[in-house]
Formats: sequence, structure tokens, C-alpha cells
Amino acid sequence: MSKTLAEKIWADHIVRSAQGEPDLVYIDLHLIHEVTSAQAFDGLRLAGRQVRRPDLTIATEDHNTPTLNIDLPIADPVSKLQVDTLRQNCAEFGVRIHSLGDAEQGIVHVVGPQLGLTQPGMTIVCGDSHTSTHGAFGALAFGIGTSEVEHVLATQTLPLVRPKTMAINVDGVLPDGVTAKDVILAIIAKIGTGGGQGYVIEYRGSAIRALSMEGRMTICNMSIEAGARAGLIAPDEKTFEYVRTKPHAPQGADWDAALSYWKTLTTDADAKFDVEISLKAEELAPFVTWGTNPGQGLPLNASVPNPADINDVAERGAAERALTYMGLEAGVPLKSIKVDTIFLGSCTNGRIEDLRAAANILKGKKKADSVRMLVVPGSARVRLQAEQEGLDKVFIDFGAEWRNAGCSMCLGMNPDQLAVGERSASTSNRNFEGRQGKGGRTHLVSPLVAAATAIRGTLSSPADL
Amino acid sequence: MEKFVTHTGTAIPLRRSNVDTDQIIPAVYLKRVTKSGFEDGLFAAWRNDPEFVLNQPEYKAATILVAGADFGTGSSREHAVWALQNYGFKAVISSRFADIFRGNSLKGGLLTVILPQENVEKIWSAIEADPTASVTVDLEAKNVRLGSEVYPFELDDYTRWRLMEGLDDIGLTLKNIDSVTAYESSRPAYKPKTLPARS
Repeated sequence: MSKTLAEKIWADHIVRSAQGEPDLVYIDLHLIHEVTSAQAFDGLRLAGRQVRRPDLTIATEDHNTPTLNIDLPIADPVSKLQVDTLRQNCAEFGVRIHSLGDAEQGIVHVVGPQLGLTQPGMTIVCGDSHTSTHGAFGALAFGIGTSEVEHVLATQTLPLVRPKTMAINVDGVLPDGVTAKDVILAIIAKIGTGGGQGYVIEYRGSAIRALSMEGRMTICNMSIEAGARAGLIAPDEKTFEYVRTKPHAPQGADWDAALSYWKTLTTDADAKFDVEISLKAEELAPFVTWGTNPGQGLPLNASVPNPADINDVAERGAAERALTYMGLEAGVPLKSIKVDTIFLGSCTNGRIEDLRAAANILKGKKKADSVRMLVVPGSARVRLQAEQEGLDKVFIDFGAEWRNAGCSMCLGMNPDQLAVGERSASTSNRNFEGRQGKGGRTHLVSPLVAAATAIRGTLSSPADL
Repeated sequence: MEKFVTHTGTAIPLRRSNVDTDQIIPAVYLKRVTKSGFEDGLFAAWRNDPEFVLNQPEYKAATILVAGADFGTGSSREHAVWALQNYGFKAVISSRFADIFRGNSLKGGLLTVILPQENVEKIWSAIEADPTASVTVDLEAKNVRLGSEVYPFELDDYTRWRLMEGLDDIGLTLKNIDSVTAYESSRPAYKPKTLPARS
């Protein structure tokens, strides 16, 4: 029977299937960080259980870690305890960990791919909803809760109900200045934050194929913002080439065997998706969110919407609440909105290509006096690479702060937060109330829009410069 | 895990859609390394507003949360489930739940009940008119009862059985651990391993 890509990967990982029960699915890679693992390790200890496969498990510190003075002990004692707890748990259970100060430390979804541990056809989980990022390699990757983290630690499997399949086709050529971030923001605005609930999304079409691996990761990363636990893209020569040079790529005969399997990882021509959605690349534009959920977005050339024009009662109420929270008036052009802080980073847009794209716009320019800009590489490795290319100097000369790696202001668990009423243009993934700091106001943007906004001080695209 | 068969209590209306897990419990409250003590973080930002429904004395004792559509979107933090449970909630009713939150809740014994939006609206009206109204969430009968009204809901038999027996998933999987070992014996050699570390 013909299958979609997601169905093929699922079938290859079924350990046990019984009528009336969820499938028991094998997990090839389990990524761990400090926030969602402590209670899981505790559960193992209480039950006298071991980590079944430490050799398929890897930990890093990212959510709580400071991006300044990383050679000093973590100042917040509660954050420090959480990070110390992870270190103790990894030592006790024999799990590999990359701690603050290590060249491989960084956001868990940047670390997996750069080590070559993320490969096509795998099942990958992490106690973090942006695990969908790894789907860019043609892997089935999704976020899990702490109970499931414990389950994977103990058994290397998860009982799961098979998701439905959705295809999102983006055909054509993206206009200049339109990036992967704009594509995914447009998709979320189209299908809504609940549109993908219960589905695995496969992103297809010539505009998706044309994206770099970094761009594909940006797209898959935000599948969860569309409600889908996982999103993936069929692997191709770009994928294979990206993996080939990474430390944990298969070697010798293993490479040949892996490659011949990976080449089978496409959706069969006559396979049926439960839902198909199409967008035309030519119609897309730089995109920005105006509200407090990632579906509340519009092209940058538009104006703040009027809730009165929205028919759906719940959506209208949500829009009214959002405008009050965001301190915005209906009808105001989005490009006139003044921003206080620019955040360039996160698992969505903290990879080397994102830093290069922003630096290319900023080079030789000065930031607007009214803004501050934080540049937070996704991993220590990305930071080192950027410094080798001189990007750090571009950012510093521009007037930005060059920080160490971590999740940082994406969720403000560390000291990098917005103040009450402060407004950001952020390359991260969530514009929820208070996400970047209590009372903070977030506009989600691409690295190119972030850079242009840092120059002008108002929401802008490179075309406005 | 505590068994869930049926629960009767009072209910609180949360007339908001798209309540993400950052609202249920903001990130700054996620730093504890235990599963308890999260009740202070529940809806922390909104609870600063005296008008917020959780601050109304008539709903203080409520154990059933009745929320708008798309409850629990965003972050996978299971702390959102623990915060609701630590506060005293036994069940949440909504017309739609985000996938990860729904999975987390049913693992941890917080019953998430999906009802059509029109029935959510009816319950909202009833508990706003009478905050002391008794609401029963009956997992055995798969319905919610309020006064003379009976609202049926669906839940797959496997999850229902697991909740009613209070069984934890890990114990169930370990009964079939031989099938995991058998699967592992045929996994391809090219699959990556984190150990020994390469860099």
C-alpha cells in the first residue's frame, strides 16, 4: 500500500501493535535539557529503574543558562539548582551532557543537527515542543511532556496514537526578501494555531525544496505553532550533504546503507494525505505578528486589523484582548510601530545562516538610538563559527550585544527579558502574553526584518532601507 | 497515578480561547525540580487582575475548569498539568485541546473532556448563573452532568481503562519489554549513537 513519508517512518518504528491499543513506537534519539527532565529522572530513581539506552540519549543546558558571564556560577539559585540537577542526573545515569562552556552546548534543537545525530528516517523526541525542528531532515520528531520523557528513559519507546497526515504545498519562487520564517508565519496565519492539531504536516513543493537545511529547520520548528506536534520535509541531496560532514554521520559501509535507506524516504506518488493545503510562493511577503498568538500575523505592508471586521466571535474577542495587551490601535500601519528591543536568536532563527543574513544587512550601519539588539547564537558552535567569519564584529560595530548561546529571550527563563510594556521584534517563535518577560510585547519576524528594524527603529523590511 | 472514575464538584468558567501553556504557568515558575508547588504559578499574570475569574470568591472551591477552544497550546511543559492539579483541578472541559497538553493531562490523571462548543457555552451560562451548581464528570459513563442536562463525550477505551485503573504507562510497557529487545536486535547498524561522543 502506498504511504506518506510520515507513515513510512512510523511503520519502521513499530515495536508492538495491538487492536484497541496505541502503537508502541521505538525512539531513535532522545534529547534532554534541564527544564523538563528533573522529575523524570526522579521517577526512575523512585521506581529503581535505569536509563535503557544512554547511547541514544544526549543532554544539553539551554533554557536557564545566562548569555553573559558564563564563566561565573549561575546567579539565580533556582536556575542553578535546575542545571546542577541535570548534571547530577546525567552523571548518575551515564548520559552524555554538554554543559555551559562546552563547545557543543547550545539550544537542544541546534545541537542535534550540528552533531549529525539528527538524520533522515529517525524518530526523535525531547521534552520541548520545538523538537519538530528535526523534521527538516525527514525525521519524525516531536515534543513530549515529562511523563513521556520518563517513559522514553525507561523503555526507549512511547505508546502513541498514529497521527493524521497533512500536506502543505508551497510551489513557485519566493520573492526577494521573503524567507522561511515568512513562509511559516503565513502558513500559521492561514490554518490557525489549531489547524494542525492531530496531524503530522509534510511541507512540499518547489519553494520548500529550494530552501537550505537551515530554512527547512525554521519551517519545521514552527509546526507546533500551527498546532501540529510534528512537521517534516522529505530528505534530498541537500540533506545528505549536510549530514555527511557532521561528527556523527555514518561512516564507510554504514554510510552507503544509510543513504540507500534515506533515498526511499519520500511520500509515494499515489499516497493520500488526510488534508492538503496549498500556498503560492509568489504571493508571500515579509510577515509579522501583531497579536498574542502566532496565528495573528499579517504581511508587513498591512495595518493592524480591526477586530470589528472579524466574524468569528471567539477570534474577535481574542483580537480585542490582543490589541489591548499589545498597546496597538486598529488601522495603524504595521511599519509605523516603534520597537524597543531586537532579539536575534532561538531554535527558530539562531543558526549560522540566520546570523549571516542579518549581518549582511547590518554591515557598516549603526543601530537606531532608540533600540537595543541582542544577538544570541543558537549554540556555542554557531558562536565560534560566526566569530571565525567576523560576524561578531559586524554586530558589535553596529551597536548590538554579542551574547553566548542559549534559549535566552525567546522565553525569558534566564535574565534576558523584556520589561513591562517593552516591545520587541523577535526572531523567536511565540508572541504569547508575557512570553519574553512579564508585560513584554512581542512581534515575531524573520532575521532580515529584525535587522532592518534595528536600523530604522520601526518594523521594517530590507526593502525599506 | 490516582484512579479517575467519576468526579463531582463545582466548575469555573474561563471564557478565553487559545489559552497557551505560558499563560497556564509562565516560564519563570518552571524552575522547581519536583512535581508539587506549582499552584502559585497557575495563571500567574492573569491572577494579578482582581477581576480575573479565579479571583472571584464564588469560584474558589471549583475543581472543574471550563475553558475556551484550543486550551493548552504552545510549550510542552507538563508543569501546566501539575499547576492545574496542584491548584485542585480534577478535570478541564474545552471544545479543543492542543495535542501535547492533552497527552500530558491524560498521562497524569487530569481528565481533559472534549465537548462541542455549544455545550461548553451552555455549561458556562449555567455556572455563571449559579456558581454553586454541582457538575459531575463521569468517566465510566463518558458524560458530564449538570442539573438535568447530560453531555456525552468520547475517549478511547484504552485511555479510559488506564485512567479508571490508575495505571502508569511505563509499567504497562515494561510488561512487553521483550518486544522492545526483539526490535532492538534488528535495528540497522547505521543508526547514530550518542556514545562514544564524536565531535
